[in-house]
Amino acid sequence: MARPSDRTLDVRGQRCPMPIIKAKKEYETLPPGQVLKVLATDKASVFDFQSLVKNLKGAQLLEQETVNEAGTDVYVHYIQHGG
Amino acid sequence: MTPATDVAIREDLPTIEALMARIAALETQVADLAERVPENKFSMVVLSGDLDKVLASFIIATGAASLGLEVTMFFTFWGLNALKTGRSLGGKDLLERMMSLMTPGKSTELNPSHLSFFGAGAQIMRHMMKMKNVASLEELMAMATELGVTMMACEMSMDIMGIKQSELLPDTPVAGVATFVDLATRSRATLFI
Repeated sequence: MARPSDRTLDVRGQRCPMPIIKAKKEYETLPPGQVLKVLATDKASVFDFQSLVKNLKGAQLLEQETVNEAGTDVYVHYIQHGG
Repeated sequence: MTPATDVAIREDLPTIEALMARIAALETQVADLAERVPENKFSMVVLSGDLDKVLASFIIATGAASLGLEVTMFFTFWGLNALKTGRSLGGKDLLERMMSLMTPGKSTELNPSHLSFFGAGAQIMRHMMKMKNVASLEELMAMATELGVTMMACEMSMDIMGIKQSELLPDTPVAGVATFVDLATRSRATLFI
């Protein structure tokens, strides 16, 4: 279920590889300990974010959830900066 | 727990000096190995100038850069067409001029490997990508630059095809096979496209 986050990145409508690129850029400006919430509609983002987080130093994927918004699946990813 | 006395003074144990010598030998070995362990690099050869293959190259390159890898793309032969920013015929001989006129003069002129339809295929493909909200080749190239991806040009194929440095994206580094092989051997992965 929805959890608290410090920042939200909206990449809804964007396709591979954009969600990953944007999330990486946002992550780099995230202060340690903070949580980034990413909203995506790209189905590939579910597996892609797992791989991305594995490769970002100190990053942790706290949760991934799928929310249905007006008939569209929105994939929500919560990434915490390890710091 | 084994009592500490069990390991006390045994004649057959190596001396401190012998142990130190073994540690020194191991340190040398580790240092040798460290030189052979891949670095956080990813290298690609882009030989193809087909729109689809160049697109795939940039999707992979930007993806790899996002995963924190230091990416180098080495453009050779037809792949060089993707780096062109325009055609210039000055200082070229007849064959070089023909080659220049018969190959794409910039990334927007690349054709797909299949269903090219004398140029219409590229427009159809770009249109379909746009409809599906996929980034265009030019957007991906700009993204690659922004992410610090190095795009190198192969000197030898530039020479064969008569491509001048001035026709390529500004500040494109020009290098040879040794540069690429050195990078490839230190990379975690290498692709040839």
